[in-house]
Amino acid sequence: MSKSPKNDLIFNIDFDEYLDLEQYRERGGYSALAKALAHDPKISIREIVDSGLRGRGGAAFPTGKKIEMLRNNSETVRYIICNADEGEPGTFKDRFIMTHIPFQLLEGLTIAAYLAGASKGYIYVRHEYPEAQRILRSGIQAAIEAGLLGKNILGSEFNLSLELFSGAGSYLCGEETALLSSIEGKKGRPRLKPPYPTQAGLWGKPTLINNVETLANIPKIIDKGASWYRQIGTVDSPGTKLISLSGDVKNRGLLEVPFGVTFAQIVNEYGGGPPIGKTIKAVNIGGASGVHVPPEMLNTALEYKACAQAGITIGSGAIFVLDNTRSILTNVQNRVRFFLHESCGKCTPCREGLRQANNIIDKLLRGEAGVKDVDTLERYTRAIVNASFCGLGQAAGNSLSSSLTYYREEYLAYCRENRELNSKEETA
Amino acid sequence: MKNVDVQDIINRFDNDKALLLPFLLAVQDAHPQKYLSEKAVNEIAQTMKISRSRVYSTASFYSEISLKPRGIHLVRVCANSPCENAGKALLLTAIEQELGITVGQTTLDGLFTLESVSCLGACYMSPAMKIDDEIYGYLTPGEVVSIIQKLRKEYRNEQIA
Ligand SMILES: Cc1cc2nc3c(=O)[nH]c(=O)nc-3n(C[C@H](O)[C@H](O)[C@H](O)COP(=O)(O)O)c2cc1C
Ligand code: SF4
Ligand code: FES
Repeated sequence: MSKSPKNDLIFNIDFDEYLDLEQYRERGGYSALAKALAHDPKISIREIVDSGLRGRGGAAFPTGKKIEMLRNNSETVRYIICNADEGEPGTFKDRFIMTHIPFQLLEGLTIAAYLAGASKGYIYVRHEYPEAQRILRSGIQAAIEAGLLGKNILGSEFNLSLELFSGAGSYLCGEETALLSSIEGKKGRPRLKPPYPTQAGLWGKPTLINNVETLANIPKIIDKGASWYRQIGTVDSPGTKLISLSGDVKNRGLLEVPFGVTFAQIVNEYGGGPPIGKTIKAVNIGGASGVHVPPEMLNTALEYKACAQAGITIGSGAIFVLDNTRSILTNVQNRVRFFLHESCGKCTPCREGLRQANNIIDKLLRGEAGVKDVDTLERYTRAIVNASFCGLGQAAGNSLSSSLTYYREEYLAYCRENRELNSKEETA
Repeated sequence: MKNVDVQDIINRFDNDKALLLPFLLAVQDAHPQKYLSEKAVNEIAQTMKISRSRVYSTASFYSEISLKPRGIHLVRVCANSPCENAGKALLLTAIEQELGITVGQTTLDGLFTLESVSCLGACYMSPAMKIDDEIYGYLTPGEVVSIIQKLRKEYRNEQIA
Protein backbone atom coordinates (compact mmCIF):
# COMPACT_ATOMS: atom_id res chain seq x y z
CA MET A 1 0.00 0.00 0.00
CA SER A 2 1.33 3.40 -0.83
CA LYS A 3 1.29 5.77 2.06
CA SER A 4 -0.38 9.02 1.15
CA PRO A 5 2.14 11.75 0.46
CA LYS A 6 2.76 14.23 3.24
CA ASN A 7 0.32 17.10 3.66
CA ASP A 8 -2.33 15.17 1.85
CA LEU A 9 -4.20 14.28 4.99
CA ILE A 10 -5.83 16.32 7.72
CA PHE A 11 -3.28 16.45 10.50
CA ASN A 12 0.07 15.45 8.98
CA ILE A 13 1.57 15.47 12.45
CA ASP A 14 5.31 15.57 12.35
CA PHE A 15 6.66 14.01 15.50
CA ASP A 16 9.69 16.24 15.83
CA GLU A 17 7.83 19.44 15.36
CA TYR A 18 5.75 21.77 17.47
CA LEU A 19 3.91 24.31 15.36
CA ASP A 20 3.76 27.68 17.08
CA LEU A 21 1.29 30.34 16.01
CA GLU A 22 3.65 31.98 13.55
CA GLN A 23 4.58 28.71 11.85
CA TYR A 24 0.97 27.64 11.78
CA ARG A 25 -0.07 30.87 10.07
CA GLU A 26 2.82 30.66 7.60
CA ARG A 27 1.37 27.35 6.51
CA GLY A 28 -2.06 28.81 5.92
CA GLY A 29 -3.36 28.47 9.44
CA TYR A 30 -6.30 30.70 10.44
CA SER A 31 -7.28 31.35 6.82
CA ALA A 32 -10.25 29.04 7.44
CA LEU A 33 -11.38 31.16 10.39
CA ALA A 34 -11.13 34.31 8.26
CA LYS A 35 -13.14 32.60 5.55
CA ALA A 36 -15.83 31.42 7.97
CA LEU A 37 -16.13 34.87 9.57
CA ALA A 38 -16.59 36.46 6.15
CA HIS A 39 -19.62 34.33 5.35
CA ASP A 40 -23.03 33.48 6.71
CA PRO A 41 -22.52 30.66 9.24
CA LYS A 42 -25.10 28.62 7.31
CA ILE A 43 -22.66 28.25 4.41
CA SER A 44 -19.87 26.85 6.57
CA ILE A 45 -22.25 24.59 8.48
CA ARG A 46 -23.43 23.20 5.12
CA GLU A 47 -19.81 22.52 4.23
CA ILE A 48 -19.27 20.55 7.45
CA VAL A 49 -22.52 18.62 6.97
CA ASP A 50 -21.51 17.80 3.37
CA SER A 51 -18.04 16.72 4.42
CA GLY A 52 -19.57 13.82 6.33
CA LEU A 53 -17.40 14.53 9.39
CA ARG A 54 -18.47 12.45 12.38
CA GLY A 55 -17.43 12.76 15.99
CA ARG A 56 -14.09 11.16 16.77
CA GLY A 57 -14.72 10.85 20.51
CA GLY A 58 -16.39 7.46 20.18
CA ALA A 59 -20.07 7.98 19.39
CA ALA A 60 -19.52 9.09 15.75
CA PHE A 61 -22.39 11.57 15.73
CA PRO A 62 -22.50 13.77 12.57
CA THR A 63 -20.68 16.95 13.57
CA GLY A 64 -22.40 19.34 11.16
CA LYS A 65 -25.78 18.24 12.40
CA LYS A 66 -24.76 18.80 16.01
CA ILE A 67 -23.61 22.35 15.23
CA GLU A 68 -26.87 22.98 13.38
CA MET A 69 -28.87 21.85 16.42
CA LEU A 70 -27.19 24.53 18.49
CA ARG A 71 -27.56 27.14 15.81
CA ASN A 72 -31.30 26.50 15.68
CA ASN A 73 -31.79 26.78 19.43
CA SER A 74 -33.69 29.89 20.47
CA GLU A 75 -31.58 30.30 23.64
CA THR A 76 -28.79 32.74 22.85
CA VAL A 77 -26.46 31.93 25.76
CA ARG A 78 -24.58 28.93 24.42
CA TYR A 79 -21.37 27.17 25.31
CA ILE A 80 -18.75 25.19 23.47
CA ILE A 81 -16.67 22.52 25.15
CA CYS A 82 -13.75 20.67 23.70
CA ASN A 83 -13.54 17.21 25.19
CA ALA A 84 -9.83 16.63 25.78
CA ASP A 85 -10.28 14.17 28.63
CA GLU A 86 -8.74 11.35 26.57
CA GLY A 87 -9.08 8.70 29.24
CA GLU A 88 -9.51 5.65 27.03
CA PRO A 89 -6.55 3.40 27.89
CA GLY A 90 -4.33 2.88 24.87
CA THR A 91 -5.20 6.25 23.32
CA PHE A 92 -2.80 9.13 22.81
CA LYS A 93 -3.98 10.86 19.64
CA ASP A 94 -5.57 13.91 21.27
CA ARG A 95 -2.45 14.41 23.31
CA PHE A 96 -0.40 14.63 20.09
CA ILE A 97 -2.80 17.14 18.55
CA MET A 98 -2.54 19.32 21.66
CA THR A 99 1.24 19.13 21.99
CA HIS A 100 2.14 19.29 18.28
CA ILE A 101 -0.54 21.22 16.40
CA PRO A 102 -2.41 23.08 19.16
CA PHE A 103 -3.44 25.96 16.89
CA GLN A 104 -5.22 23.65 14.46
CA LEU A 105 -7.38 22.64 17.42
CA LEU A 106 -7.85 26.22 18.62
CA GLU A 107 -8.78 27.38 15.10
CA GLY A 108 -11.26 24.52 14.68
CA LEU A 109 -12.79 25.24 18.06
CA THR A 110 -13.11 28.94 17.28
CA ILE A 111 -14.80 28.21 13.96
CA ALA A 112 -17.19 25.74 15.60
CA ALA A 113 -18.03 28.28 18.30
CA TYR A 114 -18.76 30.93 15.68
CA LEU A 115 -20.99 28.58 13.71
CA ALA A 116 -22.82 27.40 16.82
CA GLY A 117 -23.14 30.94 18.16
CA ALA A 118 -21.25 30.22 21.38
CA SER A 119 -19.25 32.99 22.99
CA LYS A 120 -17.89 31.14 25.99
CA GLY A 121 -15.91 27.92 25.89
CA TYR A 122 -13.83 25.46 27.83
CA ILE A 123 -11.22 22.92 26.86
CA TYR A 124 -11.56 20.12 29.39
CA VAL A 125 -8.08 18.54 29.54
CA ARG A 126 -7.29 15.60 31.78
CA HIS A 127 -5.04 16.33 34.73
CA GLU A 128 -2.63 13.58 33.69
CA TYR A 129 -1.58 15.74 30.69
CA PRO A 130 0.26 18.70 32.29
CA GLU A 131 2.34 19.31 29.16
CA ALA A 132 -0.75 19.57 26.94
CA GLN A 133 -2.30 21.93 29.50
CA ARG A 134 0.76 24.18 29.50
CA ILE A 135 0.92 24.31 25.71
CA LEU A 136 -2.78 25.08 25.36
CA ARG A 137 -2.71 27.77 28.06
CA SER A 138 0.09 29.59 26.31
CA GLY A 139 -1.58 28.92 22.94
CA ILE A 140 -4.80 30.55 24.14
CA GLN A 141 -2.78 33.54 25.37
CA ALA A 142 -0.94 33.84 22.05
CA ALA A 143 -4.21 33.64 20.12
CA ILE A 144 -5.76 36.37 22.27
CA GLU A 145 -2.77 38.64 21.68
CA ALA A 146 -3.01 38.04 17.94
CA GLY A 147 -6.73 38.89 17.91
CA LEU A 148 -7.71 35.30 17.14
CA LEU A 149 -9.57 34.79 20.39
CA GLY A 150 -11.28 37.08 22.86
CA LYS A 151 -13.11 40.22 21.72
CA ASN A 152 -13.79 41.09 18.06
CA ILE A 153 -11.95 38.16 16.58
CA LEU A 154 -10.11 39.17 13.36
CA GLY A 155 -11.94 42.48 13.50
CA SER A 156 -15.38 40.87 13.36
CA GLU A 157 -18.26 41.18 15.80
CA PHE A 158 -17.55 37.69 17.07
CA ASN A 159 -16.27 37.21 20.64
CA LEU A 160 -15.09 34.00 22.22
CA SER A 161 -13.74 33.72 25.71
CA LEU A 162 -11.95 30.42 26.07
CA GLU A 163 -10.57 28.80 29.20
CA LEU A 164 -8.69 25.66 29.95
CA PHE A 165 -10.40 23.47 32.52
CA SER A 166 -8.43 20.69 34.14
CA GLY A 167 -9.98 17.35 34.89
CA ALA A 168 -8.95 15.56 38.06
CA GLY A 169 -8.49 11.92 37.21
CA SER A 170 -11.84 10.45 36.32
CA TYR A 171 -12.32 8.42 33.16
CA LEU A 172 -16.08 8.81 33.50
CA CYS A 173 -15.76 12.60 33.11
CA GLY A 174 -15.03 11.99 29.43
CA GLU A 175 -18.69 11.08 29.08
CA GLU A 176 -20.25 14.34 28.00
CA THR A 177 -22.90 14.78 30.71
CA ALA A 178 -20.49 13.70 33.47
CA LEU A 179 -18.08 16.28 32.06
CA LEU A 180 -20.74 18.96 32.46
CA SER A 181 -21.30 17.97 36.10
CA SER A 182 -17.56 18.09 36.63
CA ILE A 183 -17.26 21.67 35.33
CA GLU A 184 -20.24 22.61 37.47
CA GLY A 185 -18.26 21.49 40.51
CA LYS A 186 -20.08 18.28 41.23
CA LYS A 187 -19.08 14.65 41.22
CA GLY A 188 -18.56 13.65 37.62
CA ARG A 189 -21.62 11.46 37.34
CA PRO A 190 -23.58 11.05 34.11
CA ARG A 191 -27.04 12.50 33.66
CA LEU A 192 -30.08 11.08 32.00
CA LYS A 193 -30.32 11.84 28.24
CA PRO A 194 -32.45 13.48 26.88
CA PRO A 195 -32.11 16.35 27.36
CA TYR A 196 -28.93 16.22 25.32
CA PRO A 197 -26.21 18.80 25.94
CA THR A 198 -27.20 20.49 22.67
CA GLN A 199 -30.55 21.26 24.33
CA ALA A 200 -29.62 21.70 27.99
CA GLY A 201 -25.91 21.47 28.69
CA LEU A 202 -23.63 23.53 30.87
CA TRP A 203 -25.69 25.34 33.52
CA GLY A 204 -28.75 24.29 31.57
CA LYS A 205 -27.71 26.15 28.41
CA PRO A 206 -27.28 24.63 24.94
CA THR A 207 -23.74 23.30 24.68
CA LEU A 208 -21.68 21.98 21.80
CA ILE A 209 -19.33 19.23 23.00
CA ASN A 210 -16.78 17.87 20.58
CA ASN A 211 -13.67 15.79 20.74
CA VAL A 212 -10.22 17.27 20.05
CA GLU A 213 -9.73 15.34 16.81
CA THR A 214 -13.21 16.28 15.57
CA LEU A 215 -12.60 20.00 16.05
CA ALA A 216 -9.12 19.84 14.54
CA ASN A 217 -10.66 18.52 11.30
CA ILE A 218 -12.77 21.65 10.84
CA PRO A 219 -10.16 24.15 9.56
CA LYS A 220 -9.27 21.80 6.69
CA ILE A 221 -12.93 21.32 5.75
CA ILE A 222 -13.64 25.05 5.71
CA ASP A 223 -10.38 25.90 3.98
CA LYS A 224 -10.45 23.28 1.24
CA GLY A 225 -14.13 22.43 1.05
CA ALA A 226 -16.26 19.35 1.53
CA SER A 227 -15.54 17.90 -1.89
CA TRP A 228 -11.79 18.01 -1.27
CA TYR A 229 -12.35 16.37 2.10
CA ARG A 230 -14.49 13.64 0.58
CA GLN A 231 -11.64 12.59 -1.72
CA ILE A 232 -9.98 11.17 1.38
CA GLY A 233 -11.41 8.02 2.93
CA THR A 234 -14.54 6.29 1.69
CA VAL A 235 -18.08 7.28 0.74
CA ASP A 236 -19.39 5.96 4.05
CA SER A 237 -16.57 7.40 6.16
CA PRO A 238 -14.81 10.39 4.62
CA GLY A 239 -11.56 11.76 5.98
CA THR A 240 -8.86 10.21 8.10
CA LYS A 241 -8.59 8.62 11.51
CA LEU A 242 -5.78 9.00 13.98
CA ILE A 243 -4.76 5.61 15.27
CA SER A 244 -2.91 5.02 18.54
CA LEU A 245 -1.03 1.79 17.87
CA SER A 246 0.51 -0.10 20.78
CA GLY A 247 1.34 -3.59 21.99
CA ASP A 248 3.09 -6.37 20.14
CA VAL A 249 4.01 -4.73 16.84
CA LYS A 250 7.37 -3.53 15.60
CA ASN A 251 6.35 0.11 15.10
CA ARG A 252 4.20 1.51 17.83
CA GLY A 253 2.98 5.07 17.74
CA LEU A 254 0.53 7.52 16.24
CA LEU A 255 -0.66 7.05 12.66
CA GLU A 256 -3.00 8.98 10.45
CA VAL A 257 -4.78 6.71 8.01
CA PRO A 258 -7.54 7.39 5.50
CA PHE A 259 -10.76 5.55 6.35
CA GLY A 260 -11.10 2.39 4.31
CA VAL A 261 -7.71 0.82 5.06
CA THR A 262 -8.05 -2.57 6.71
CA PHE A 263 -6.97 -3.35 10.25
CA ALA A 264 -4.55 -5.87 8.74
CA GLN A 265 -2.89 -3.03 6.83
CA ILE A 266 -2.66 -0.93 9.97
CA VAL A 267 -1.12 -3.74 11.99
CA ASN A 268 1.14 -5.24 9.34
CA GLU A 269 2.07 -2.42 6.98
CA TYR A 270 2.08 0.61 9.26
CA GLY A 271 2.86 -1.39 12.39
CA GLY A 272 5.36 -3.74 10.78
CA GLY A 273 3.56 -6.82 12.10
CA PRO A 274 4.27 -8.78 15.27
CA PRO A 275 7.79 -9.14 16.69
CA ILE A 276 10.02 -11.71 14.95
CA GLY A 277 9.08 -15.26 15.79
CA LYS A 278 5.64 -14.31 17.14
CA THR A 279 2.18 -14.39 15.63
CA ILE A 280 -0.87 -12.32 16.39
CA LYS A 281 -3.37 -13.81 18.79
CA ALA A 282 -5.80 -10.95 19.18
CA VAL A 283 -6.20 -7.30 18.38
CA ASN A 284 -7.98 -5.03 20.76
CA ILE A 285 -9.75 -2.26 18.86
CA GLY A 286 -11.22 0.81 20.57
CA GLY A 287 -9.26 0.80 23.82
CA ALA A 288 -10.46 -0.68 27.09
CA SER A 289 -14.03 0.00 25.88
CA GLY A 290 -13.37 -1.92 22.71
CA VAL A 291 -13.43 -5.50 21.53
CA HIS A 292 -10.88 -8.27 21.21
CA VAL A 293 -10.93 -9.76 17.73
CA PRO A 294 -9.00 -12.66 16.17
CA PRO A 295 -6.58 -12.11 13.24
CA GLU A 296 -9.13 -13.49 10.74
CA MET A 297 -11.25 -10.39 11.31
CA LEU A 298 -8.49 -7.94 10.49
CA ASN A 299 -9.52 -7.82 6.85
CA THR A 300 -12.41 -5.63 7.91
CA ALA A 301 -12.07 -2.05 6.66
CA LEU A 302 -11.72 0.79 9.11
CA GLU A 303 -15.07 2.32 8.23
CA TYR A 304 -18.06 3.05 10.43
CA LYS A 305 -20.54 0.84 8.58
CA ALA A 306 -18.23 -2.10 7.92
CA CYS A 307 -17.09 -2.08 11.54
CA ALA A 308 -20.61 -1.87 12.93
CA GLN A 309 -21.56 -4.88 10.80
CA ALA A 310 -18.55 -6.84 12.04
CA GLY A 311 -19.19 -5.87 15.65
CA ILE A 312 -15.99 -3.83 15.84
CA THR A 313 -15.91 -0.64 17.87
CA ILE A 314 -13.68 2.01 16.30
CA GLY A 315 -14.06 4.10 19.46
CA SER A 316 -11.13 6.41 20.01
CA GLY A 317 -9.04 4.59 17.39
CA ALA A 318 -6.81 2.78 19.84
CA ILE A 319 -5.39 -0.46 18.46
CA PHE A 320 -3.53 -2.76 20.79
CA VAL A 321 -1.96 -5.98 19.54
CA LEU A 322 -1.54 -9.17 21.56
CA ASP A 323 0.87 -11.82 20.32
CA ASN A 324 0.56 -15.57 20.77
CA THR A 325 2.34 -15.53 24.15
CA ARG A 326 -0.31 -13.30 25.79
CA SER A 327 -3.15 -14.44 27.99
CA ILE A 328 -6.59 -13.24 26.93
CA LEU A 329 -7.90 -13.67 30.46
CA THR A 330 -5.36 -11.47 32.20
CA ASN A 331 -5.81 -8.80 29.53
CA VAL A 332 -9.57 -8.84 29.87
CA GLN A 333 -9.25 -8.79 33.64
CA ASN A 334 -7.05 -5.72 33.44
CA ARG A 335 -9.91 -3.94 31.68
CA VAL A 336 -12.54 -5.22 34.08
CA ARG A 337 -10.48 -3.85 36.97
CA PHE A 338 -10.03 -0.56 35.18
CA PHE A 339 -13.79 -0.13 34.77
CA LEU A 340 -14.43 -1.29 38.31
CA HIS A 341 -12.10 1.44 39.51
CA GLU A 342 -13.71 4.06 37.26
CA SER A 343 -17.33 3.05 37.84
CA CYS A 344 -19.24 5.72 39.76
CA GLY A 345 -21.22 3.02 41.54
CA LYS A 346 -24.59 4.57 40.77
CA CYS A 347 -26.11 1.48 39.19
CA THR A 348 -25.93 -2.19 40.17
CA PRO A 349 -25.22 -3.94 36.86
CA CYS A 350 -22.05 -1.91 36.38
CA ARG A 351 -20.84 -1.87 39.98
CA GLU A 352 -21.77 -5.40 41.06
CA GLY A 353 -21.55 -7.03 37.64
CA LEU A 354 -17.96 -5.89 37.19
CA ARG A 355 -17.05 -6.96 40.70
CA GLN A 356 -18.45 -10.43 40.07
CA ALA A 357 -16.78 -10.64 36.65
CA ASN A 358 -13.45 -9.81 38.28
CA ASN A 359 -14.03 -12.51 40.94
CA ILE A 360 -14.87 -15.15 38.36
CA ILE A 361 -11.79 -14.38 36.27
CA ASP A 362 -9.70 -14.56 39.46
CA LYS A 363 -11.22 -17.93 40.22
CA LEU A 364 -10.54 -19.14 36.67
CA LEU A 365 -6.92 -18.00 36.81
CA ARG A 366 -6.45 -19.80 40.14
CA GLY A 367 -7.81 -22.97 38.54
CA GLU A 368 -10.75 -23.11 40.93
CA ALA A 369 -13.58 -22.39 38.50
CA GLY A 370 -15.69 -24.73 36.44
CA VAL A 371 -17.55 -24.52 33.13
CA LYS A 372 -20.61 -23.30 34.99
CA ASP A 373 -18.68 -20.22 36.10
CA VAL A 374 -17.97 -19.34 32.48
CA ASP A 375 -21.71 -19.47 31.83
CA THR A 376 -22.28 -17.24 34.85
CA LEU A 377 -19.65 -14.82 33.52
CA GLU A 378 -21.57 -14.68 30.25
CA ARG A 379 -24.78 -13.90 32.10
CA TYR A 380 -23.15 -11.10 34.06
CA THR A 381 -21.63 -9.74 30.88
CA ARG A 382 -25.05 -9.51 29.25
CA ALA A 383 -26.42 -7.70 32.31
CA ILE A 384 -23.49 -5.26 32.32
CA VAL A 385 -23.91 -4.48 28.60
CA ASN A 386 -27.70 -4.27 28.58
CA ALA A 387 -28.69 -2.82 31.93
CA SER A 388 -25.98 -0.23 32.76
CA PHE A 389 -27.13 3.37 32.98
CA CYS A 390 -24.33 4.99 30.99
CA GLY A 391 -21.80 4.31 28.27
CA LEU A 392 -19.11 3.28 30.76
CA GLY A 393 -20.98 0.18 31.87
CA GLN A 394 -22.31 -0.54 28.40
CA ALA A 395 -18.79 -0.46 26.95
CA ALA A 396 -17.20 -2.27 29.87
CA GLY A 397 -18.84 -5.47 28.66
CA ASN A 398 -17.30 -5.26 25.16
CA SER A 399 -13.98 -6.92 25.85
CA LEU A 400 -15.71 -9.51 28.05
CA SER A 401 -18.32 -10.43 25.47
CA SER A 402 -16.00 -10.39 22.46
CA SER A 403 -13.39 -12.48 24.23
CA LEU A 404 -16.06 -14.92 25.38
CA THR A 405 -17.16 -15.22 21.76
CA TYR A 406 -13.79 -15.57 20.05
CA TYR A 407 -11.64 -17.05 22.81
CA ARG A 408 -14.11 -19.18 24.68
CA GLU A 409 -11.78 -22.18 24.53
CA GLU A 410 -9.19 -20.18 26.42
CA TYR A 411 -11.67 -19.54 29.25
CA LEU A 412 -12.67 -23.19 29.17
CA ALA A 413 -9.06 -24.37 29.29
CA TYR A 414 -8.80 -22.87 32.78
CA CYS A 415 -11.86 -24.77 34.00
CA ARG A 416 -11.55 -27.53 36.54
CA GLU A 417 -13.16 -30.12 34.26
CA ASN A 418 -10.74 -29.51 31.41
CA ARG A 419 -7.69 -29.30 33.64
CA GLU A 420 -8.54 -32.70 35.11
CA LEU A 421 -8.99 -34.05 31.61
CA ASN A 422 -5.65 -32.64 30.51
CA SER A 423 -3.76 -34.00 33.48
CA LYS A 424 -5.30 -37.46 32.96
CA GLU A 425 -4.19 -37.37 29.34
CA GLU A 426 -0.72 -36.36 30.40
CA THR A 427 -0.34 -39.23 32.88
CA ALA A 428 -1.90 -41.75 30.50
CA MET B 1 5.24 24.41 57.34
CA LYS B 2 3.74 27.30 55.46
CA ASN B 3 0.00 27.60 55.42
CA VAL B 4 -2.04 27.60 52.28
CA ASP B 5 -3.85 30.87 51.81
CA VAL B 6 -7.20 29.70 50.51
CA GLN B 7 -8.61 33.22 50.20
CA ASP B 8 -5.62 34.32 48.18
CA ILE B 9 -6.10 31.41 45.81
CA ILE B 10 -9.77 32.08 45.26
CA ASN B 11 -9.02 35.71 44.55
CA ARG B 12 -7.01 34.57 41.57
CA PHE B 13 -10.16 33.11 40.01
CA ASP B 14 -12.16 35.76 38.24
CA ASN B 15 -14.90 33.54 36.94
CA ASP B 16 -18.46 34.66 36.60
CA LYS B 17 -19.35 31.33 38.15
CA ALA B 18 -17.20 30.04 40.98
CA LEU B 19 -15.79 26.75 39.78
CA LEU B 20 -15.09 24.26 42.53
CA LEU B 21 -12.79 21.77 40.82
CA PRO B 22 -10.05 24.18 39.65
CA PHE B 23 -10.14 25.68 43.10
CA LEU B 24 -9.62 22.29 44.78
CA LEU B 25 -6.72 21.51 42.45
CA ALA B 26 -5.11 24.91 43.05
CA VAL B 27 -5.34 24.55 46.83
CA GLN B 28 -3.91 21.04 46.61
CA ASP B 29 -1.05 22.23 44.37
CA ALA B 30 -0.22 24.99 46.81
CA HIS B 31 0.11 22.58 49.71
CA PRO B 32 3.66 21.29 50.21
CA GLN B 33 2.24 17.83 50.82
CA LYS B 34 0.02 18.02 47.73
CA TYR B 35 -3.26 17.21 49.40
CA LEU B 36 -6.42 18.80 50.73
CA SER B 37 -6.13 19.04 54.48
CA GLU B 38 -9.17 19.14 56.73
CA LYS B 39 -8.38 22.76 57.43
CA ALA B 40 -8.26 23.56 53.72
CA VAL B 41 -11.60 21.80 53.16
CA ASN B 42 -13.17 23.89 55.93
CA GLU B 43 -11.81 27.10 54.48
CA ILE B 44 -12.90 26.20 50.97
CA ALA B 45 -16.42 25.49 52.25
CA GLN B 46 -16.52 28.83 54.07
CA THR B 47 -15.05 30.83 51.21
CA MET B 48 -17.39 29.33 48.63
CA LYS B 49 -20.37 29.30 50.99
CA ILE B 50 -21.08 25.63 50.42
CA SER B 51 -21.24 22.75 52.88
CA ARG B 52 -18.15 20.79 53.91
CA SER B 53 -19.82 17.59 52.82
CA ARG B 54 -20.28 19.02 49.33
CA VAL B 55 -16.54 19.78 49.19
CA TYR B 56 -15.67 16.29 50.44
CA SER B 57 -18.09 14.63 48.09
CA THR B 58 -16.57 16.32 45.05
CA ALA B 59 -12.98 15.96 46.24
CA SER B 60 -13.25 12.27 47.04
CA PHE B 61 -14.72 11.46 43.63
CA TYR B 62 -11.53 12.36 41.76
CA SER B 63 -8.38 10.19 41.68
CA GLU B 64 -6.10 13.18 41.22
CA ILE B 65 -7.22 14.78 44.46
CA SER B 66 -5.78 13.41 47.68
CA LEU B 67 -7.21 13.75 51.15
CA LYS B 68 -4.03 12.25 52.60
CA PRO B 69 -0.64 13.98 52.81
CA ARG B 70 1.71 12.93 50.04
CA GLY B 71 5.42 13.02 49.41
CA ILE B 72 7.47 15.65 47.59
CA HIS B 73 7.67 13.41 44.52
CA LEU B 74 4.66 11.53 43.20
CA VAL B 75 5.73 8.34 41.47
CA ARG B 76 2.88 6.95 39.44
CA VAL B 77 3.07 3.76 37.46
CA CYS B 78 0.61 3.16 34.63
CA ALA B 79 -1.65 0.19 35.33
CA ASN B 80 -3.42 -0.40 32.01
CA SER B 81 -3.01 -3.31 29.59
CA PRO B 82 -0.40 -1.92 27.16
CA CYS B 83 1.88 -1.15 30.11
CA GLU B 84 0.97 -4.33 31.96
CA ASN B 85 1.93 -6.43 28.96
CA ALA B 86 5.19 -4.52 28.64
CA GLY B 87 6.36 -5.38 32.15
CA LYS B 88 4.63 -3.05 34.58
CA ALA B 89 4.72 -5.61 37.40
CA LEU B 90 8.53 -5.79 37.30
CA LEU B 91 8.78 -2.00 37.40
CA LEU B 92 6.48 -1.82 40.35
CA THR B 93 8.39 -4.48 42.28
CA ALA B 94 11.67 -2.67 41.64
CA ILE B 95 10.21 0.63 42.83
CA GLU B 96 8.58 -0.94 45.87
CA GLN B 97 11.86 -2.51 46.87
CA GLU B 98 13.85 0.66 46.29
CA LEU B 99 11.40 2.78 48.31
CA GLY B 100 10.37 0.19 50.89
CA ILE B 101 6.68 0.99 50.41
CA THR B 102 3.74 -0.35 48.41
CA VAL B 103 1.23 1.44 46.17
CA GLY B 104 -0.66 4.11 48.10
CA GLN B 105 2.08 4.66 50.67
CA THR B 106 4.56 7.45 51.34
CA THR B 107 8.17 6.93 52.38
CA LEU B 108 9.00 7.79 56.01
CA ASP B 109 11.22 10.67 54.93
CA GLY B 110 8.23 12.16 53.09
CA LEU B 111 10.12 12.22 49.83
CA PHE B 112 8.15 9.77 47.68
CA THR B 113 4.55 8.64 47.33
CA LEU B 114 3.88 5.65 45.11
CA GLU B 115 0.61 5.53 43.21
CA SER B 116 -0.89 3.60 40.38
CA VAL B 117 -2.37 5.65 37.55
CA SER B 118 -4.55 5.10 34.48
CA CYS B 119 -3.09 5.29 30.96
CA LEU B 120 -0.73 8.24 30.58
CA GLY B 121 -1.13 8.39 26.81
CA ALA B 122 2.38 7.01 26.50
CA CYS B 123 1.48 3.46 25.50
CA TYR B 124 3.75 3.58 22.43
CA MET B 125 6.63 3.71 24.91
CA SER B 126 5.26 1.36 27.52
CA PRO B 127 5.89 0.53 30.26
CA ALA B 128 5.46 4.11 31.31
CA MET B 129 5.36 6.06 34.53
CA LYS B 130 5.06 9.63 35.60
CA ILE B 131 7.03 11.37 38.31
CA ASP B 132 5.48 14.72 39.14
CA ASP B 133 4.86 16.33 35.75
CA GLU B 134 7.30 14.27 33.76
CA ILE B 135 6.47 11.12 31.79
CA TYR B 136 9.08 8.38 31.39
CA GLY B 137 8.76 5.55 28.87
CA TYR B 138 10.52 2.44 27.54
CA LEU B 139 11.44 1.69 31.16
CA THR B 140 13.38 -1.18 32.66
CA PRO B 141 13.47 -1.99 36.39
CA GLY B 142 17.11 -0.85 36.49
CA GLU B 143 16.22 2.52 34.98
CA VAL B 144 13.41 3.31 37.39
CA VAL B 145 15.70 2.58 40.32
CA SER B 146 18.36 4.95 39.02
CA ILE B 147 15.77 7.68 38.32
CA ILE B 148 14.59 7.41 41.92
CA GLN B 149 18.14 7.40 43.27
CA LYS B 150 18.92 10.49 41.24
CA LEU B 151 15.92 12.35 42.69
CA ARG B 152 16.91 11.31 46.19
CA LYS B 153 20.43 12.57 45.65
CA GLU B 154 19.19 15.88 44.25
CA TYR B 155 17.01 16.34 47.29
CA ARG B 156 19.90 15.63 49.69
CA ASN B 157 22.13 18.08 47.82
CA GLU B 158 19.45 20.75 48.05
CA GLN B 159 19.15 20.16 51.78
CA ILE B 160 22.91 20.60 52.24
CA ALA B 161 23.10 23.68 50.03
C1 LIG C 1 -17.30 6.52 29.72
C2 LIG C 1 -17.13 7.44 28.57
C3 LIG C 1 -15.93 8.12 28.41
C4 LIG C 1 -15.74 9.00 27.33
N1 LIG C 1 -14.55 9.62 27.22
C5 LIG C 1 -14.36 10.49 26.19
C6 LIG C 1 -13.13 11.19 26.05
O1 LIG C 1 -12.20 11.01 26.82
N2 LIG C 1 -13.01 12.05 25.01
C7 LIG C 1 -14.03 12.26 24.12
O2 LIG C 1 -13.88 13.07 23.21
N3 LIG C 1 -15.20 11.62 24.23
C8 LIG C 1 -15.39 10.74 25.24
N4 LIG C 1 -16.60 10.12 25.35
C9 LIG C 1 -17.67 10.44 24.37
C10 LIG C 1 -18.42 11.71 24.79
O3 LIG C 1 -19.50 11.35 25.64
C11 LIG C 1 -19.01 12.44 23.58
O4 LIG C 1 -19.71 11.54 22.79
C12 LIG C 1 -17.99 13.13 22.71
O5 LIG C 1 -17.14 13.94 23.46
C13 LIG C 1 -18.67 13.97 21.65
O6 LIG C 1 -17.73 14.54 20.78
P1 LIG C 1 -17.62 14.10 19.25
O7 LIG C 1 -19.00 14.16 18.68
O8 LIG C 1 -16.70 15.06 18.64
O9 LIG C 1 -17.09 12.70 19.25
C14 LIG C 1 -16.80 9.20 26.40
C15 LIG C 1 -17.99 8.51 26.56
C16 LIG C 1 -18.17 7.62 27.62
C17 LIG C 1 -19.46 6.90 27.74
S1 SF4 D 1 -22.92 2.43 34.22
FE1 SF4 D 1 -21.33 2.52 35.82
S2 SF4 D 1 -20.37 4.50 35.55
FE2 SF4 D 1 -22.31 4.57 34.42
S3 SF4 D 1 -23.79 5.41 35.86
FE3 SF4 D 1 -23.85 3.19 36.14
S4 SF4 D 1 -22.37 2.77 37.80
FE4 SF4 D 1 -21.95 4.83 37.06
S1 FES E 1 -1.39 2.06 28.94
FE1 FES E 1 0.30 2.82 30.04
S2 FES E 1 0.58 4.74 29.10
FE2 FES E 1 -1.16 3.98 28.06
